[in-house]
Amino acid sequence: MKILVLISNVPDTTTKIRFTGDNKAFDATGVQWIINPWDELALTRAMELKEKGGVESITVANVGTKITEPTLRKALAVGADDAIRVDAEPLDAYFVAKQLAEVAKGYDLIMAGIEASDYNGSGVGGMLAELLEINSVSAVSGIDLTDGQLKILREIDGGTQTLEISTPVLTVVQKGIAIDPRIPAMRGIMMARKKPLKVVPAVEAETRTDFLSFELPAPKAACKMVEEDNAKELIRLLHEEAKVL
Amino acid sequence: MSVLVYTENWDGKFKKLSYEMVSFAAAIAKEMGSSLTALSIGHVADEELKSLGKYGANKVLNVQDDRFESLDNKALADAVAKAAEAEGAKVIIFAHNNEGKAIAPRLSVRMNAGMVSGVNGLPVSVEPFVVRKKLFTGKAFANIQIKTDVKVITFAQNSYEIVEQGGDVVIEAFDPQLSDDEFNTTVKETNKITGKVILTDAEIVVSGGRGLKGPENWGILEELAGLLDAGTACSRPVADEGWRPKEEHVGQTGKIIAPNVYFAIGISGAIQHLGGVNSSKIIVAVNKDPEAPIFEAADYGIIGDLFKVVPQLIDAVKEMKANG
Ligand SMILES: Cc1cc2nc3c(=O)[nH]c(=O)nc-3n(C[C@H](O)[C@H](O)[C@H](O)COP(=O)(O)OP(=O)(O)OC[C@H]3O[C@@H](n4cnc5c(N)ncnc54)[C@H](O)[C@@H]3O)c2cc1C
Repeated sequence: MKILVLISNVPDTTTKIRFTGDNKAFDATGVQWIINPWDELALTRAMELKEKGGVESITVANVGTKITEPTLRKALAVGADDAIRVDAEPLDAYFVAKQLAEVAKGYDLIMAGIEASDYNGSGVGGMLAELLEINSVSAVSGIDLTDGQLKILREIDGGTQTLEISTPVLTVVQKGIAIDPRIPAMRGIMMARKKPLKVVPAVEAETRTDFLSFELPAPKAACKMVEEDNAKELIRLLHEEAKVL
Repeated sequence: MSVLVYTENWDGKFKKLSYEMVSFAAAIAKEMGSSLTALSIGHVADEELKSLGKYGANKVLNVQDDRFESLDNKALADAVAKAAEAEGAKVIIFAHNNEGKAIAPRLSVRMNAGMVSGVNGLPVSVEPFVVRKKLFTGKAFANIQIKTDVKVITFAQNSYEIVEQGGDVVIEAFDPQLSDDEFNTTVKETNKITGKVILTDAEIVVSGGRGLKGPENWGILEELAGLLDAGTACSRPVADEGWRPKEEHVGQTGKIIAPNVYFAIGISGAIQHLGGVNSSKIIVAVNKDPEAPIFEAADYGIIGDLFKVVPQLIDAVKEMKANG
């Protein structure tokens, strides 16, 4: 089985968000870039499956400019065998899926994260599956592989389901797929330098959405404090003032 | 021309989210001067389907085909595409939940449509079509234009109020005519959690963090939640430690919820935690550390020992209920 893990390069989750030029663009000054947390968990699960046997190779793919290479190197250091970077600014979900469709053929299992922690789009995985005309399963919180057969655990409202599905398949993974993300070890970091990172030119593709402007949320009113021994007052406020109880 | 809203059902029933979405879709349809069609797949009684009319649906397409029970993503996207084509839909609306996230992106490719997910409230304008959504897990907003003729959006739960407007609704059977080989998902087993308030539906959520010290102390939170008909949630370390089931984990890497009230008890309020709860209408914090970041996100707070405060809250809720 050949696995492809899609990797989005995102600002560290503690980044203070700022915009520049009349709120028209994200201010990347001083930003620390990381592997999107869900993609990192997907890669971790792919590694676990490979260690159990039955996985031939793990490839990671990203659409991005040269600034994403350290993130791809990190994925290689965690354990992916090779990396592909489609050389383009990731303009919108459709554009990214179109680029990935060019490099995502020939894999049995493709893993995408449920969203990227920057634009929270939840689009690329499903779009790619449709472009490739393959099956997809979303809200996946577990993947097992026995004798070449995938067993997939999917979250539904108020429960879970175990599924079987034929390959090739794209899984959109979320919480539960792996517990703790793998941290690259020294040996992994050394080996990653020699692993192949292929840069592929972008294909012509349209964008279907335009980000017109950004805004920061309005500052919140101060928290109304109630004394420790007066919890009753809190319930009264919630009942009578906020009217939520 | 029409607006199409995909209304999923839960064991044959709609819920608050369904009516929110239909109200939201009806407002968009009105703005565009078009009609509103709802698409229902599965066994839903006519009476229940008719209830969608109260919130502004003009027509309901009713698909009854057991093969969809496996929730095959591709087949569902194909079925919605067939309905959208039949209705000449210009805007197609899903919920931003498990099912919506599974179908909407596939459908957008099928329909040559641009897609924006997690849309918050009504479009800024329909001509051009500009919507607003949260980014960076709630730390910012963006205004995004969809440039294609057909648009696909997923609607963020609790971002629009239900509006009753009453009107006639036509129910039509609809058969998307899919062949068997379009269904490739086989469900081997389904496990439903029963007897508990589903977290993403809960209007009130009582959530505990590491401040509770151990699983044996959760009785007071469960009692409070029981009195309020609330769902129970927890921070990530609590789920990681196995103090609470992992489906209770909320936050950036857990469930994202937007209840009317979120009680954060013994939770520090890390940015990743807030990412899952910052759309709550009201946040209430109980924490002994006055510097805890949760107080920056909270609307009401008590600085104090939760083991003293929560029992008092329980008494106060009992009293409130006794007084009607
Ligand atoms: C990539 C990434 C993703 C993450 N995703 C999530 C996520 O989805 N959800 C999530 O929750 N976390 C997430 N985290 C972890 C997050 O950063 C915090 O570590 C976590 O939320 C802290 O949990 P806590 O508030 O329960 O514990 P702590 O931070 O230990 O806070 C416990 C709080 O309890 C208070 N307390 C202690 N005793 C009492 C008492 N007797 N009475 C009153 N108050 C008391 C303390 O003052 C403290 O504020 C993520 C981290 C990373 C790096």
